[in-house]
Amino acid sequence: MSSSSAAASGSADSTAARRNTKRPKYSKFTQQELPACKPILTPRAVISVFLLVSVVFVPVGVASLLASRKVVEIVHRYDAECIPPSNSSDKVAYIQNSSVDKTCKITLKVQKHMKSPIHVYYQLDNFYQNHRRYVKSRNDEQLRDSSKWDSTSGCKPEDMANGKPIVPCGLIAWSLFNDTYVFSRNNKNLTVNKKGISWKSDRDHKFGKNVFPKNFQNGSIIGGAHLNDSIPLSQQEDLIVWMRTAALPTFRKLYGKIEMDLNEGDTISVTLKNNYNTYSFSGKKKLVLSTTGWLGGKNDFLGIAYLTVGGLCFFLAMAFTIIYFVKPRQLGDPSYLSWNRNPGGH
Amino acid sequence: MMEQVENFPSFRSSMNNSSRNSTREVTFGHSGSKNVRYGSKGAADSGPFSMSQKEISDEDARLVYVDDPDRTNQRYEFSGNSIRTSKYSIITFLPRNLFEQFHRVAYIYFLIIAILNQLPQLAVFGRGVSVLPLAFVLFVTAVKDAFEDWRRYKSDKVENNRIATVMVDGRFQGKKWKDVRVGEIIKISANETLPCDIVLLSTSDPTGVAYVQTINLDGESNLKTRYAKQETQAKVPEKERFIGLIKCEKPNRNIYGFQGNMEVDGKRLSLGSSNIVLRGCELKNTNWAVGVAVYCGRETKAMLNNSGAPSKRSQLETHMNLEIIMLSVFLVTLCTVTSVCAAVWLKIHKSELDLLPYYRKLDFSEGERESYEYYGWGLEILFTFLKSVIVFQVMIPISLYISMELVRVGQAYFMSRDSRMYDAATDSRFQCRALNINEDLGQIKYVFSDKTGTLTENKMEFQCASIWGVDYSSTEPSLELGQQAECFSQVDGKVLKPKMKVKVNQELLQLSKNGFRDVEGKQIYDFFLALAACNTIVPLLVDTSDPTVKLIDYQGESPDEQALAYAAAAYGFMLIERTSGHIVIDIHEKRQRFNVLGLHEFDSDRKRMSVILGYTDDSVKLFVKGADTSMLSVIDKSLNTEILQATETHLYSYSSLGLRTLVIGMRELSVSEFDQWHFAFEAASTSLIGRAAMLRKVASNVENNLCILGATAIEDKLQKGVPESIESLRTAGIKVWVLTGDKQETAISIGYSSKLLTNHMTQIIINSNNRESCRRHLRNALVKSRQPLAASTVSNDSEGISDTIATPISLIIDGTSLVYILDSELEEELFELASRCSVVLCCRVAPLQKAGIVALVKKRTADMTLAIGDGANDVSMIQMADVGLLFYFWVALILQILNTCLFIVSLFFRYVLFTAYTVTTAINEWSSMLYSVIYTAFPTIVVGILDKDLSKRTLLKYPQLYGAGQRREAYNKKLFWVTMADTFWQSIVVFFVPLFAYWGTTVDISSIGDLWILSVVILVNLHLAMDVIRWNWVIHAVIWGSIVATIICVMVIDAIPTFSGYWAIFHAAGTGLFWLCLIGILIAALLPRFVVKYICQYYYPNDIQISREAEKFENQRVNGGGGSGSGSRQIELYPIPVGPPR
Repeated sequence: MSSSSAAASGSADSTAARRNTKRPKYSKFTQQELPACKPILTPRAVISVFLLVSVVFVPVGVASLLASRKVVEIVHRYDAECIPPSNSSDKVAYIQNSSVDKTCKITLKVQKHMKSPIHVYYQLDNFYQNHRRYVKSRNDEQLRDSSKWDSTSGCKPEDMANGKPIVPCGLIAWSLFNDTYVFSRNNKNLTVNKKGISWKSDRDHKFGKNVFPKNFQNGSIIGGAHLNDSIPLSQQEDLIVWMRTAALPTFRKLYGKIEMDLNEGDTISVTLKNNYNTYSFSGKKKLVLSTTGWLGGKNDFLGIAYLTVGGLCFFLAMAFTIIYFVKPRQLGDPSYLSWNRNPGGH
Repeated sequence: MMEQVENFPSFRSSMNNSSRNSTREVTFGHSGSKNVRYGSKGAADSGPFSMSQKEISDEDARLVYVDDPDRTNQRYEFSGNSIRTSKYSIITFLPRNLFEQFHRVAYIYFLIIAILNQLPQLAVFGRGVSVLPLAFVLFVTAVKDAFEDWRRYKSDKVENNRIATVMVDGRFQGKKWKDVRVGEIIKISANETLPCDIVLLSTSDPTGVAYVQTINLDGESNLKTRYAKQETQAKVPEKERFIGLIKCEKPNRNIYGFQGNMEVDGKRLSLGSSNIVLRGCELKNTNWAVGVAVYCGRETKAMLNNSGAPSKRSQLETHMNLEIIMLSVFLVTLCTVTSVCAAVWLKIHKSELDLLPYYRKLDFSEGERESYEYYGWGLEILFTFLKSVIVFQVMIPISLYISMELVRVGQAYFMSRDSRMYDAATDSRFQCRALNINEDLGQIKYVFSDKTGTLTENKMEFQCASIWGVDYSSTEPSLELGQQAECFSQVDGKVLKPKMKVKVNQELLQLSKNGFRDVEGKQIYDFFLALAACNTIVPLLVDTSDPTVKLIDYQGESPDEQALAYAAAAYGFMLIERTSGHIVIDIHEKRQRFNVLGLHEFDSDRKRMSVILGYTDDSVKLFVKGADTSMLSVIDKSLNTEILQATETHLYSYSSLGLRTLVIGMRELSVSEFDQWHFAFEAASTSLIGRAAMLRKVASNVENNLCILGATAIEDKLQKGVPESIESLRTAGIKVWVLTGDKQETAISIGYSSKLLTNHMTQIIINSNNRESCRRHLRNALVKSRQPLAASTVSNDSEGISDTIATPISLIIDGTSLVYILDSELEEELFELASRCSVVLCCRVAPLQKAGIVALVKKRTADMTLAIGDGANDVSMIQMADVGLLFYFWVALILQILNTCLFIVSLFFRYVLFTAYTVTTAINEWSSMLYSVIYTAFPTIVVGILDKDLSKRTLLKYPQLYGAGQRREAYNKKLFWVTMADTFWQSIVVFFVPLFAYWGTTVDISSIGDLWILSVVILVNLHLAMDVIRWNWVIHAVIWGSIVATIICVMVIDAIPTFSGYWAIFHAAGTGLFWLCLIGILIAALLPRFVVKYICQYYYPNDIQISREAEKFENQRVNGGGGSGSGSRQIELYPIPVGPPR
């Protein structure tokens, strides 16, 4: 109030005086009197907020739980069973021996009808794709631009082989996963579509259409898969998927899609080549077939979390309502000010 | 006779209080002759004066050859007159500014981290990224410093290029200020500002007097007199070259002291502080003055005082450093944990490392078998440690300093723009001199205030007179304004009127008009003559719009004297002219001329002044006026005993009304007495050594056996708003100390009228005149003060706050007692006692004691102290005290920033646990660097500047709310830990919700990183938003804008194909899981905070909260008129009921 009167008196000054005066110019901004909203947590508002949250969260939680439950998933760990019993004492030696045929057959039982498309994943456990040495060991320039084929900075120790740069260089590409799966149902092959398993953005912009693998896996240690030198990187979708380094040490990578429904009771036999070495660091390998819901894969966590939060909010809303009726407080009542609450009666 | 007057040094000691408050006086009821000692450092009292007589040895002296600047500057290069307050030049700016900035330990820390990051083994971030935050902070600070310095540079330039009139080759010429040199003769005209410190040589006044205003120097607006030496006064520099040598002390900061001597014409003249005029003063009422420059430029006293002001360190910053140390410990812990885990992991996987696909220690690229980036187990651990320091560097919030700096700048801006801090009378705005003490203003616990000029207007008003034992009070209601215009004087058709109008007592006015025939009339005549003559007032004629009317403006150093002179004028004794030799007084329109034969100025030992007037009939009379005790001791008690008693009764009643009293006495001197005095006076005033002491002795010898004339009472009016302010301060729980030179009765009564004291208070009065009784008094008082307090604490055990509401105690202590207390073991007891008192009133204190009292409190408490004063008078007081202003949400601000940093670090750390203990960040390195600098710091700064708890109106209504800031309610340890727990919970939610939701899915590192950074930034901003109290459009824009900006930044970063996280955000945002995670995180993370906040605010509201609600709902209630029950109850707004004092 007082400031507006000050402003009024200010404007009443003669113009000449105003020019010379140092009186601050009045504006709502400089006087810090911008119109402001001062929200206060009133019981009604708080209770409504809690109710609103619970009204939203409980249905969402139920929906995501249902979605997660609807997803059918077959997970089969095969790293142990695919080692012949004779080699089980030294798994690493077996896997490193390139002359042995590592074909392995497993069968999967479909417990529940699976609707197409069925995603085929491989899942690795205890594989730190997010290790600091690992995530940095790549060169994105080189992957994208054929003229930068010799830029291998950051790729050590897989930057050069036999004195020549490696394309694609780095540990990530070097350790490309190389187990393969062939599915059949009732002795009829199930085609696995391996097109479009990677991100379109990666194919279009991150991996060059005219960048071809060069000198790859030519070093003294073979880390994983070989690449066909005649296919540009932008079409090497397994590589592209692999190069999207996983965030967590347990991760899945998309292997392909089966575009066919699988019926309950079907037996799927998988012929796989158990090439990839996870034995040296006791990592697990799993084959996963999964349908997808609107929330992705099978994961109850979010649904439960939403239900919990929603329920808690409902409970709090109720509790606050009861407390409000039992022990209300007049908002802004000056008798609550500490100096008015003095019981001593001085 | 005339020479003698100019030889008087003005008794301006370093404690100029003594001359200004010429009416203050010794404790009532003590034997008046007692020599009052002011503290144990009392020797300084007469210091400057006696020092001016001291010989200056040659090596300590500065030799100034008058009118010969070349020779003066030949041997020593004295400073030129150009001044420079700017710190940098264009060339030195970069190195110097950087050097200064790196005084902050945190900056060095960040520099080291940036350097570490450049080492290939430790390169965690890209080279550019790692320097970014430091560079940003340095840049912003440098820009700010450069701007401030540029402004200083500009004002310097204006100063330096002002034109002064300087003697060059025998003629006065214009010269720029910066070119003035020591030794040059400078001529100053009326109303001009002095360019440098000069010793006066001559002035337009024939007696060599020059009047100067020192408002720029010490803030005092009244005129001071300075004298040119009589020997130099006669010389005209234009005609004959002035030859002389001034020997004076080296430049120093004492603006009230100067010593030196001048050799001219073979004579040696001593120079004192009355002969020097300092840079920044203005010449007033003197047509011109000529002087020689002795100190120039940065050696002037004004500049010396300008510079070395002790830097005041904000308490908050100290606090903040503590918090940072805590964080550092935490940081080291985290890094240690990380490296220990990494060590264990490496040990376990030692055999596998060679071929581990994600480690691959083996390196064959060079042909032979090597280890790639592996330096052995020990070194690896060290490197892991250093790397984690680099990654976790965000924990030490570099943005904190810059944020605080910017918030301070912003707040200073708003303070200077606040129209409520604008004073129309002086056309001045609030000026913020030291930025870093703003926030402390919110935490002041002790306020020390001077009385005169701070609490009071320092405009004295004549109130009562007691003449010849009769009390004439002018405070009668029968006062009519029309009556006052009557007193004027007509000379040559011109009408002279006093400038100030005084309320008059009709009876007394009538009596004085009736002539002075009877005894009573004669007393009244002498009384008013004393008032008009016995002072150092200089009447000045001021033109008015009416050419025939001129106003008389009484200029003088003491406002008391002014008030008395105006009073005398109102009763028809108008002082019209004063030269050093005579005065002209218009007595009821009859001009009378008196010779001033001698004038003894006021000094703090005698506490009185006297004037010897020679009447036209050759009779000589001595008029003395002074403080009551000093006067009562020299009044002849055998004469007029009943009148003396009546006067004493009047004095007592005046002073208990809060009036300042003076006693007037006179004596007729016989010829022999006069001759004797004259001889002694001549001898004393021409002596070179110990002149002051001799003059004092001469004065004391003649001032005795006086006949009492009467007493006067002057009101020192309280400033507007003082009672309200004091009451506010008191109710806000601030301890108010008022330090005054007044005597006890006056002080107490002023205490009541300023609402400092109330009837409700228990008063403890200590005045003793020896150490033992002092101790006894203190002990008793302590016991007394403990009792009520103890009782109240017991009864209100459950309510901690009620202590402040217990019966307030006021302590009244006088200067004499303080002498025994200060600098002795009793200090401790006094402090203990005083800290229990809500009000302390120190009366009759000497200026030096004021500083002593402030120091007493400052030494013993960590609380903030604020000293208020009106200029040089209390310079010593101000320098001792911590000052500062601001609002306690500073604290919330720091917490907020720390919070954001901890937040992201805990996120980083948790992720490290899932990456085989290598410090990988899922969040893009650019994002994590931008995080602390821009994403979160910016909104915090703006909210820090703009947000306020309550409107100013509410704060004024409930001053107690101030206590919240003072009690550090918002910034106590509990709050800190609660906030930390909240942060912990939030970071857990932020980290683990995506972790569990995405566990065992195809999610890649960048997508989850994007989810994390977005949820953290939104969360931090929402967190901040929850604390915002007033939402105006700026705050809306900043908070939501910063969230939007973060989203845009993340999108931009993800649109760069060469980053590994290319397009991640767009992919992630296309899935429902992402959005469910984000919303779930936000709600779940803020839920506990929201609940706790609501419960606290609704069920355990603090005062601020209630006032806030009142602010919001009051209007509604009033407007709605719903008749809710609130109106029916009588609510007491202030805890201490205040009754009228009498």
